[in-house]
Amino acid sequence: MSRKTYRQAVSEALRHEMRRDLRVVIMGEDVSGGLGAPGEQDAWGGPQGVTKGLMPEFGRGRVLDTPISESAFIGAAAGAAATGLRPVAELMFVDFMGVCFDQIFNQAAKFRYMFGGRAVTPLVIRTQYGAGLRAASQHSQSLYPIFTHIPGLKVVLPSSAYEAKGLLIQAIRDDDPVVFFEHKALYDDEEEVPDEAYTIPFGEANLTREGSDATIVAFGRMVKFANQVADSLEQDGIGCTVIDPRTTSPLDSDAILDSVAETGRLVVVDEASPRCNMATDIAALVAEHAFGALKAPVRMITPPHTPVPFAPELEDAYIPSPARIEEAVRGVLAAKR
Amino acid sequence: MSAIQPITMPKWGLSMREGLVAQWNVAEGAVLRVGDEIAEIETTKITNVFESPVAGQLRRRIAKEGEAIPVQGLLAVVADAAVPEAEIDAFVLAYQAEFGTRAAAAAADEPQPELLTAGGRALRFLKLGEGDGTPAVFIHGFGGNLNSWLFNQPAVAAGRATYAFDLPGHGGSTKAVGAGDLGALAGALADFLGACAIERAHLVGHSLGGAIALALALGEPARVASLTLIGSAGLGPDINMGYIESFIAANRRKEMKAALSELFADPALVSTEMVNDVLKYKRIDGVEAALRAIAGSAFAGGRQAAVLTARLGELAAPAQCIWGTADRIVPVEHAAHLPASITVHRLAGAGHMVHMERAGDVNKLIDAFAGA
Repeated sequence: MSRKTYRQAVSEALRHEMRRDLRVVIMGEDVSGGLGAPGEQDAWGGPQGVTKGLMPEFGRGRVLDTPISESAFIGAAAGAAATGLRPVAELMFVDFMGVCFDQIFNQAAKFRYMFGGRAVTPLVIRTQYGAGLRAASQHSQSLYPIFTHIPGLKVVLPSSAYEAKGLLIQAIRDDDPVVFFEHKALYDDEEEVPDEAYTIPFGEANLTREGSDATIVAFGRMVKFANQVADSLEQDGIGCTVIDPRTTSPLDSDAILDSVAETGRLVVVDEASPRCNMATDIAALVAEHAFGALKAPVRMITPPHTPVPFAPELEDAYIPSPARIEEAVRGVLAAKR
Repeated sequence: MSAIQPITMPKWGLSMREGLVAQWNVAEGAVLRVGDEIAEIETTKITNVFESPVAGQLRRRIAKEGEAIPVQGLLAVVADAAVPEAEIDAFVLAYQAEFGTRAAAAAADEPQPELLTAGGRALRFLKLGEGDGTPAVFIHGFGGNLNSWLFNQPAVAAGRATYAFDLPGHGGSTKAVGAGDLGALAGALADFLGACAIERAHLVGHSLGGAIALALALGEPARVASLTLIGSAGLGPDINMGYIESFIAANRRKEMKAALSELFADPALVSTEMVNDVLKYKRIDGVEAALRAIAGSAFAGGRQAAVLTARLGELAAPAQCIWGTADRIVPVEHAAHLPASITVHRLAGAGHMVHMERAGDVNKLIDAFAGA
């Protein structure tokens, strides 16, 4: 056990599984760097350096630098998964899904169903998402609700280093296609992470804080903000339960409904665009199954329905902030019904 | 004597940073003896009774009920009745002013668990205390780890070295358990003592750890100064196999909370953090197989494989048993069949984790026994 960054946690998970299982291969743009060129080899390790060092240990046969063609290598990864490998493909930014989405939603997601359960597709797509890095509107989106919408895909949003390692190992061992969303503003966050391999089951929410006054459901980076808010409100004697669902598909509905039954007050924090996102999904879930428990209208804290702005001041204003979350929690507590 | 003494927030376990004063049990003006129960302290892991570490008149309660105080933060002030109020005010001000530096210094040299290799296995342990006294070694039970002793190890560490270690298959130790039977685990204990150069120790074992301590005391009597067996295995055939099986099977929060609730007389003591800590351990590769191997050997067919009661007469070391009367894992009835040479302390209303639930009482019994 030692302190590790989110980046190291993801990297360790890949290394553990590549050592354990020869079928695990990595592919993507510059996942090593330098293939076919005379210059420095393994110079990149992906845009965040997560896969750096894997090629020297496992060789070019298992760490595949691909052409800049997501449609080709995501499709190749889906096919490889259906025929015996366990590929981890890196889609550099989820914003690039547009050029390879058929391979994901109409092929990989459907194999098990179309082949009557006789095919498995142990494919992992690692991808970066989220705003905050001044990367403009084509590199900053939080598109996980689109993948959550597709039956046959599992969607994972690790909120910290410990979570990232255990959830990625689980994703690699899972027999279904998994889209693994790494928030680009979390890579340098550190916490205690075991040195051994471990798995965190899908569909099991994590309660990162416990309190009986209000429930905050948050995803990915927003869990960190929700925790900050819960800690600050605790100083004022307000107790919040913070739920990190970990996976949006499958979703641990019970954890959310159980908590709302206790608190009667719900704030959902979602970095995805506000229409048809996880916040609307969870608000609907609670409205349908726990309406009688609600003591106040559900509050959804999301960005506005706009592209992610490039101007730094606007981007900062776009991202849901701890201040907005805190205001919402105080709002649901003040509501009379 | 006019000395003013602070009573400060204790540190129970490695991860404790602060505690909440849930309730004061004594009023200002009360004359305290060492060991009097003065407050209930709630941590993220568990709530426990805090016993006065000092004697004297309680002059000032600083912490309010419901207030969270950092470890080593000032809870109360004890002083002779003759000490003027102004001096107490000055003491409190000075303590609070210095507190930041003091806490930082304490955090810097806080003992951390270490790893060693014993008989080819990596074992994690925590050493607390120094001194000429015979060392004490704590052995946790099935599914536990060295943190099981968070309330006990510090209390026994005055004047002697104390060691709590993780059994193979547990905590931060190797997940390879070999045969996983009592012999293999007692071998790990013997190797651990050897690796720490401990010639002779007071052994304190809980549950399966009690049976391990007992096996070593029978096999290598020269190494054991005394035995304290808490809710111990090895003293009768019964074991709550439903608990063992549900603990091994549980990999989700609700299942694990339900399983752990059986360990305590008061299920409210099972906190979310305790559940999360156990789940973090259970998720590590190799742990489930290790637990199954140990359970398959030690509790084959739902009975304890090793019942050592008939051999207790051979014990060279003095032995005592401590049992919660509401133990739902290893029944307190086993204590009825022990030879008269073994003192049995039955703590009314406590569960299997009696050393956590009634830490003060258990610590006094361990200290008195090991000090004698």
